[in-house]
Amino acid sequence: MTYEAVIGVEVHAQLQTQTKLFCACSTSFGLPANTQVCPTCLGLPGSLPVLNQRAVELAIRAGLALQCELAPSNQFSRKNYFYPDLPKGYQISQYDLPICGLGWLDVSVNGSAKRVRIRRAHLEEDAGKNLHEDQKDGSGVDLNRAGTPLLEIVTEPDLHSSDEVDAYLKALRELLVYLGVCDGNMEQGSFRCEPNVSIRPIGETRLGTKVELKNINSFRYAREAVEFEIRRQQEIVEEGGTLRQETRLWDVHKGQTAVMRSKEEAHDYRYFPDPDLLPVQLDDAWIKDLSGTIPELPGAKLDRFVREFGLPEYDAKILTESKELADYFEACVQAFPQPKTVSNWVMGELLRELNQQGLGADASPISPERLVELLRLVEDGTVSLKVARDLFPELYASGEEPAQLVKRKGLVQLSDDAQLGDIVETVLAKHPAQVEQYRGGKETVLGYLVGQVMKASGGKANPGKVNALLKSKLSA
Amino acid sequence: MSLFKLTLKDLQGKFIRGEISAVEIVRSYLLRLTQVEPKIKAYVTLRDKESLLTQAGAIDQSLRGWRKTQPLMAMPLAIKDNICTKGLRTTCSSRILDEFVPPYDATVMARLNTHQPLILGKTNLDEFAMGSSTEHSAYGPSRNPWNQKYIPGGSSGGSAAAVAADECVAALGSDTGGSIRQPAACCGVVGLKPTYGRVSRYGLVAFASSLDQIGPITKTVTDAAMLLNVIAGHDLLDSTSSRQDVPDFTKALKKRDVKKLVIGVPQEYFAEGLDSEVNGKVQEAIRTLQDLGGTIKEISLPFTEKAIATYYLIATAEASSNLARYDGVKFGLRAKESKELAEMYRQTRSQGFGPEVKRRIMLGTYALSAGYYEAYYAKAQAVRTLIQQDFSDAFQNVDVLVSPVMPTPAFPLGERLEDPLQMYLSDVYTIPSSLAGIPAISIPCGFSTMGLPIGVQIMGRPFDELIVLRVAHAYEQATTWHTKRPVIRS
Repeated sequence: MTYEAVIGVEVHAQLQTQTKLFCACSTSFGLPANTQVCPTCLGLPGSLPVLNQRAVELAIRAGLALQCELAPSNQFSRKNYFYPDLPKGYQISQYDLPICGLGWLDVSVNGSAKRVRIRRAHLEEDAGKNLHEDQKDGSGVDLNRAGTPLLEIVTEPDLHSSDEVDAYLKALRELLVYLGVCDGNMEQGSFRCEPNVSIRPIGETRLGTKVELKNINSFRYAREAVEFEIRRQQEIVEEGGTLRQETRLWDVHKGQTAVMRSKEEAHDYRYFPDPDLLPVQLDDAWIKDLSGTIPELPGAKLDRFVREFGLPEYDAKILTESKELADYFEACVQAFPQPKTVSNWVMGELLRELNQQGLGADASPISPERLVELLRLVEDGTVSLKVARDLFPELYASGEEPAQLVKRKGLVQLSDDAQLGDIVETVLAKHPAQVEQYRGGKETVLGYLVGQVMKASGGKANPGKVNALLKSKLSA
Repeated sequence: MSLFKLTLKDLQGKFIRGEISAVEIVRSYLLRLTQVEPKIKAYVTLRDKESLLTQAGAIDQSLRGWRKTQPLMAMPLAIKDNICTKGLRTTCSSRILDEFVPPYDATVMARLNTHQPLILGKTNLDEFAMGSSTEHSAYGPSRNPWNQKYIPGGSSGGSAAAVAADECVAALGSDTGGSIRQPAACCGVVGLKPTYGRVSRYGLVAFASSLDQIGPITKTVTDAAMLLNVIAGHDLLDSTSSRQDVPDFTKALKKRDVKKLVIGVPQEYFAEGLDSEVNGKVQEAIRTLQDLGGTIKEISLPFTEKAIATYYLIATAEASSNLARYDGVKFGLRAKESKELAEMYRQTRSQGFGPEVKRRIMLGTYALSAGYYEAYYAKAQAVRTLIQQDFSDAFQNVDVLVSPVMPTPAFPLGERLEDPLQMYLSDVYTIPSSLAGIPAISIPCGFSTMGLPIGVQIMGRPFDELIVLRVAHAYEQATTWHTKRPVIRS
């Protein structure tokens, strides 16, 4: 029997706010333990939450970009459970009335389009972190992260392979980063994913027993964990076993998933509306204001780059992977309207340098203006394409004006007919045998002669002109 | 005359006019506390004498030149021990918070402190405000100043006893289902529960968040209005605090009649279970209001009988969640012997909470459990809406409602400790208005043959404390009950 995998994904995206969801503490990462805390995020007796308006705005932005139905009135609920990193003994989350309802995200899986339906997205606060290493006596708790705003985005079970999970996660992350909703940093936990995996015989319409996967902090692990889990479930079913509904942790070192808790051990979270917070009212004017601030999204931008600039889809995809790179490209094209030439430079020389340093295009040492200046020098024949390419790393590093660098290094292309004529004469005089061969019909020897002229000019001769001059002299 | 006998208004008058100093006030109260507190046990924590005298000295010093005072300056106040006071132990009368010293002030404290009052100490309560007698305090019960064998009421029993015994000039309490009004009635003082949202809850240790409200317990209606003036108003730190304008509540006290007002008498509050002496005194009070020009109108609040069940589902559900933070991890008691996490939680909470708190946590946990939520919590919320509707219907036709505060006068210590349902019934007349979130006041209206005080309750429309205060004040001025003080023999 053949099986298909049915996968839904929950993503916890940390919202890019300055302060926490319910208090004024900073959300900065990596500071000394328990320094970004106040009575509210410590859960001290008598403290109360006050909702961060900016977090609501970011959730609305994400909801708009994911085509979600926004709830005009949504509500926070308490999710009750005991854990040392949870200061109040409950997490403030959203339950039956989330801020974002049904929506979708279109993604491209190996070149074909797929629509992934979004079931809901809701706001909630993050927990703190238990510390087990370097503790003198027992364990510690760091509550700096407690109260950090998260948007939990849940798909319908629309995905069927690790490729689809991968495509969805990458597209979602790209979208959220584009929107400025999330910084997308997976290592620091700003973008965490929990796939729910089940399998069923092909043709079956009911869902199988689902397993929730946790502890995945990279795209690679997501792919590996999903693949492992599909295999594991198939093996069990094929051997006549039954699957258990459970939560499993991805073990990076073993490359396996292992049981964390079974359904029977699952908590009864006793959700109820948080009486400390009023329902969140979204009025139309506010939503309209915010929808005006949604930038062009990656998919739309890709289509436009193909349509408007005549770029191959491959180029457009790479250029629109980050908003910064796309902006860089567009700034160049505006000043130098040859999109494909610009694209070659941006994807080639520029990205090579940026990637080496791990920089985004917005942090590029060489500005779009400077790059365009260099392209102009090539276009008007001041330097050869080869010289321009050779010079790029230095320009990138120094940020110097291209024209100045070329002049300083004496790399201006030699295009003067008289000067070139002299060099050509000298070379011809030195190579009588090759001249004979050429005249005798062996035209391929021309390339060798061009090379000799270039060499004699110290690489500065304009190759086109050299070619033409040689031909005319040889046929004289 | 001893300073401690004065009302807030009179003490304030003398101080503002410079007739007495802050140090004299402190000395008078320190003496009174020495004499009376060992018998009444109103306080869990008393401020240190030296620090009080130092503060009073500094106040006097600051007034040497230009005597620029504020309404509550140098006024000796007591604060219920579930309101966070920065640097001053706040226990909620629970073992679990025995050593808890808040690093921050509740908003009401921050507001009071701008006036430089003299905070004498923190008063006793039923643990986490769960109870009607202070018998559920980890520090033992407070005593009724009128008869020390009787309960002072609860949960704000310490605050009410302290005011009645002249151990402070005025106090703050908190009311969830009657915890200001019921002890005020038991002790023969004034207790006002403001509209839900009128006073910030920031820094009030939560029992039931949708019901809790801080309010004054005082010797007179005027004093209550003075205190409310300082603590009321919107607070950015409490999302449920209201943006309604805050009037000068003492303005309500100009008129000394209730002419043109319709005074509703809800028949359900005078049914079975009401003590005949209490009924008699409250009926007398209603006649007095009629004499003062009020129109008496019998009305019905049909959902009254559902109030206690509704309350004990909603309040316990919220409490079960609010009290989850006392887990031994970050502050408060931690059981020492435990080796692993679950055991540490179990031990800490077993040792830290008293029986009534445990009972309510279990009730509330059950009410919120999967499979029971709809039948209990959700149903209770629906009934709560009906109870609110009862009141808003009634207020179409009447301006205030008058009723008993408590079915009986104060009962003897120990009488109902083993019978929680009997104990819960002492809040039968205060719970409905708590569920509706409306303002209500308890003022003295007489004494039982045993010599124990009896209170009458006046309830008003949401955010209409003015009219509640006006009716209460008119009644108070027409009677002498508020001038009576217990004799506490040394």
